[in-house]
Amino acid sequence: MAAASAWAIELRKINKRFGPVHANRDIDLKVKRGTIHGIVGENGAGKSTLMSILYGFYTADSGEILVNGALAHITDSRHALRLGIGMVHQHFMLVDNFSILENVILGAEESALLASSLNKARKELKRLADEYGFHVDPEAIVEDVSVGQQQRVEILKALYRGADILILDEPTGVLTPEEADDLFRVLHVLRDQGKTVILITHKLREIMAITDTVSVMRQGQMVATMPTAETSPEKLAEAMVGRRVLLRVEKGPAHPGKPLLEVKDLVVADDLKVNRVKGVSFTVRAGEIVGIAGVAGNGQSELLESIAGMRNQQSGDVIVNGSTLTLKGDDGAARARAAGLAHVPEDRQREGLVVQFEEWENSILGYQDDAAYAKGGLLDIAAARKEALQRMQKFDVRPANPRLKTASFSGGNQQKIVLAREMEHNPAVLVVGQPTRGVDIGAIEFIHNQIIKMRDAGKAILLISVELDEIRSLSDRILVMFDGHIVGEADPATATEGELGLMMAGVPPAEVIGRRVSADMTPNGGNP
Amino acid sequence: MSARRPLPRWADVALLPLLNLGLAMIVSGFVVAAIGQSPLQAIQVMIKGAFGDGVGIGFTLYYATDFIFTGLAVAVAAHAGLFNIGGDGQAYVAGIGALAAGMLLGNTHWLLVLPVATLFAAAVGAAWVFIPAYLQAKRGSHVVITTIMFNFIGSALMIYLLNGPLKGKGTQGAESAAVTGAGLMPHLQAFVPAFGYAPVNVSLFVALLALVACYVLVWHTRFGYAMRAMGHNAAATRYAGISNSKMIITILLISGGFAGITAVNEVLGSQTRLVTDITGQAGFIGIAVALMGRNHPVGILLAAVLFGALTQGGTELQFDMPAVSVQMILVIQALVIMFTGAMEGLLRPGLENVFMIFGPRQRETAVSRETATTES
Repeated sequence: MAAASAWAIELRKINKRFGPVHANRDIDLKVKRGTIHGIVGENGAGKSTLMSILYGFYTADSGEILVNGALAHITDSRHALRLGIGMVHQHFMLVDNFSILENVILGAEESALLASSLNKARKELKRLADEYGFHVDPEAIVEDVSVGQQQRVEILKALYRGADILILDEPTGVLTPEEADDLFRVLHVLRDQGKTVILITHKLREIMAITDTVSVMRQGQMVATMPTAETSPEKLAEAMVGRRVLLRVEKGPAHPGKPLLEVKDLVVADDLKVNRVKGVSFTVRAGEIVGIAGVAGNGQSELLESIAGMRNQQSGDVIVNGSTLTLKGDDGAARARAAGLAHVPEDRQREGLVVQFEEWENSILGYQDDAAYAKGGLLDIAAARKEALQRMQKFDVRPANPRLKTASFSGGNQQKIVLAREMEHNPAVLVVGQPTRGVDIGAIEFIHNQIIKMRDAGKAILLISVELDEIRSLSDRILVMFDGHIVGEADPATATEGELGLMMAGVPPAEVIGRRVSADMTPNGGNP
Repeated sequence: MSARRPLPRWADVALLPLLNLGLAMIVSGFVVAAIGQSPLQAIQVMIKGAFGDGVGIGFTLYYATDFIFTGLAVAVAAHAGLFNIGGDGQAYVAGIGALAAGMLLGNTHWLLVLPVATLFAAAVGAAWVFIPAYLQAKRGSHVVITTIMFNFIGSALMIYLLNGPLKGKGTQGAESAAVTGAGLMPHLQAFVPAFGYAPVNVSLFVALLALVACYVLVWHTRFGYAMRAMGHNAAATRYAGISNSKMIITILLISGGFAGITAVNEVLGSQTRLVTDITGQAGFIGIAVALMGRNHPVGILLAAVLFGALTQGGTELQFDMPAVSVQMILVIQALVIMFTGAMEGLLRPGLENVFMIFGPRQRETAVSRETATTES
C-alpha cells in the first residue's frame, strides 16, 4: 500500500475506557508526514489520553495504530521511541542541576563511562543545532536557562533519540509570547526538514498560526478534521464546545465615573528585595476596565500583589475608594478588602484557593470574619454552605455541590469559584490577574461577561493578563508595563498588536506612533 | 504518576491503625520469643495488666490522661502545618504552674484548684513555647529544631530549680515540698472504689473537656478555619488577609498550653509534688498518639488509651515475667510507636490496592482522579 505510507500516523477506531469514563471513543486520525497537525479540545476531551496511547503510556482497549503504514502494538515509551515517536511533555522532565548535554543523554548513555557518550552527544547536538537552526549551550546547567530553552532541550532529547514524529502537549502554556514565537519557528523548520509534528493545545490562535491540519476532539470523540486554511477560530470553538461561542467580547462604551483606585509612585520589591515596580502611578475610575499589558516578569505580578495588600510597598500609596491602604505587616489583604477591594489572584491554586478544602470553605476564604458567617463565637457553617450553593448555581459551577473537595473541580470551575467569591461581595474595586489562564473556552466567555457586568455596575476593574488578546478585548484603556515602569497608555480600539508589542518591549508610545508600525506580530508575521 | 486511591473512611480511621497495631504485636512477639519467652503469655499479661481489673484500668486511664494532653498539643499544631515536638519540655516546665496553684490554694477546695491549676499550667506551658513560636513566626527558625532545644533547656532549668529555689525543706532528692490537702486532685477511687490505689484523678475530666474544646476550635471556629487554611496553604492565608505570623504564635501558644496541663495530672494528681522528669516522656508519646489518632479528638482519645494500656501493661509485664526486662518493654513500646506512628504508611498502599481490586466504587473514584489529572 504505497498510499498508506504518506501517513506518519494512522489511528483506527481507538477506544479507551477508564471505568465509567469513555475517554476515547472510536477515534480515527490520520497525520500526514511532514506536516504540523493540531489537536484541539477542551480539558477532558480525551486529547492527552489519545496521545498517551500513541506514546505507549496506556494501551487502547480496541483499535489499530499504524506508524508509517505499518501496524504497531506500542507497549511502552521505549517502543514508541524505536518507532520514531517522541513526546515533549507539558511539564518538563529534566534534571535541573544537570547540564543540557547530560540531560540529553540521560537514559541513552551508551557505555558505563560517560566521556565517550558525552563527546558523541556533543557532536550530534551541534549537528542538530546546525540542521534545525536552534542553538543551545550544551554545557549550560538546565536550571540557569530560560523556560523556552528548557523546552528546546526536551525537543533535542527527542530528536537525539531519533524521533521523526514529535508530539507536543500544550507546549506554550509556560512560555512568554516571544518564546512561543521562537518555538513556532523551530517547529516550522522541523516540518520543513520532513519531521511530523502533532501539537496538542487549547489555544486557537496557535492552531491558526502554525498548523497545516487541525482535528477537534469533544467528549472523547473526534468531531472534525480539516485543513487549517479552511477553518476559523469561531468554527473551531464551536466544534470544541458543541455550541456557538462568542470569541469576541461584546461590550458597550465605558462611562468612567469618579476614581476608585489610585496608585501613586508605587515602588515594590520582590522576595529577593529587588525592586520590580519602580514608581508607578495610575488611576482606575468607576465603570472602566484598565488592562495592564506586558511580557510576564516586568513587575505586573508584584504590582497586583501590592495593590491587593499581599506585598508591602517600599514607597508610594495605594488609595482604594478614598482610603489610603496601610501596607505593612502580613495581613494587608484584610485591610484592602475592608476598603472595598476584591482580588482574583494570578495563581488561583497557589493563592486563591485551599484546594484541600471543601468548596464552601473556599467560598468564605478572605471573608471568614464576616458577620454573615458568625454565630456567636463560632463559624456558621450552615449559612456558609447555603450561600456557597447559591453562588455555585449563579456562576454555573459544576457540579454544584459545596461539600466536594475543591481539588476535584476543573480549572475553569475553580476559577468561577474564586470569581464568584470576589464578585459577590460587591466590591468597589476588582483586581483580576490572569482571569482565564487554563480555563476552557466556554468558561472564558462566561468569565469575560461577568467582568463586563461588574464594569457596567460601576465598579473599577484592574486587569492583568499575559494574553494580549484578552487585554485588548476587555480593556477600556491599556497601560503597558516594561521593566517596572508604565511605558505608556494605549487605546484598545486603535492600537495594533504590533504597536503594543513594541511598547511591551520598552519603546515609548511617541516613538511607536512615529515608526508607523504596520507589521502584524502574529507568529507567521516574522517569517518571510 | 501514582494516583492516590482513597480508602473508605472506616478503613482509614479504624482498619489501618488496627492492622498496624497487629503488625507491631507480631514483630514484638518475635522479639519476646527470641529471648526464650512465650509471646502469648506476654500479651496475656499485658492485656490483663491494663484492663484486667479496676486498678489496671485506673492506671491505664491515668497514663491516658497525660497522652490526651500531649497528643492534643501535637494535633493542634499539626492542623496549622506546625510540628511542636517540644511538648515534653512544655509539660515539664508547666509543673511550676501546677505546683504554684496547689501551694497557693491548698487551703481552699479542689474545685477551685483544678481550674486555676489548669490555667496556670497552661500559661507556663504556653510561655515555654513562646520563644520558639516567635522565632518561627518572625525569623523562620524551624520550630522542630527550637522546640527540641527548649526541651533540653527546660530540663536543665528544672533540675536547677528543684535543687535550688524550689527544693522543699527537708527533702532528700531534687523535688519540691509536697502539696497537701485541697491542693491535690481527688483520685477517682473516691467515686469508683474499684480503681483502688490507681492515681487516675479528676484531671481526666479536664482531658475529656480538652478533646471537645479542640474539636470545636479546629472545625467550628473562624480561628480553626484560618488555622487549617494556613496548614494547607500559607500563601492562601496571606491572600485572605490572615496574619500568618500571628497565627503561628497563637497556635503554638495553644499547643504549649495543652501540653502544659499534663503537669496538673502529674504534680497534683499523682506525684503530690514537683519532681525531676515528671512527664515520663509523655510529650514524645503524644507525637505517636496524634499520628495514630489522625489529629482528630476521637482518634486521640482511642490512641491515648492504647498507649496508656501499653505503659500499664508493660509495667505489669515486668512484675509477672521478670525475664522480660525494662529494656525489652521499651523495645515493644517503641515497635508500637514505630508501626502505628512513623511507619503508618507501610500498609497503606497495599490496603489501597486491595480496596481498589475489591471495591468498584473506589476503583471508579481512583480512575476518575487519574484521568482528571492527566487531562489537564
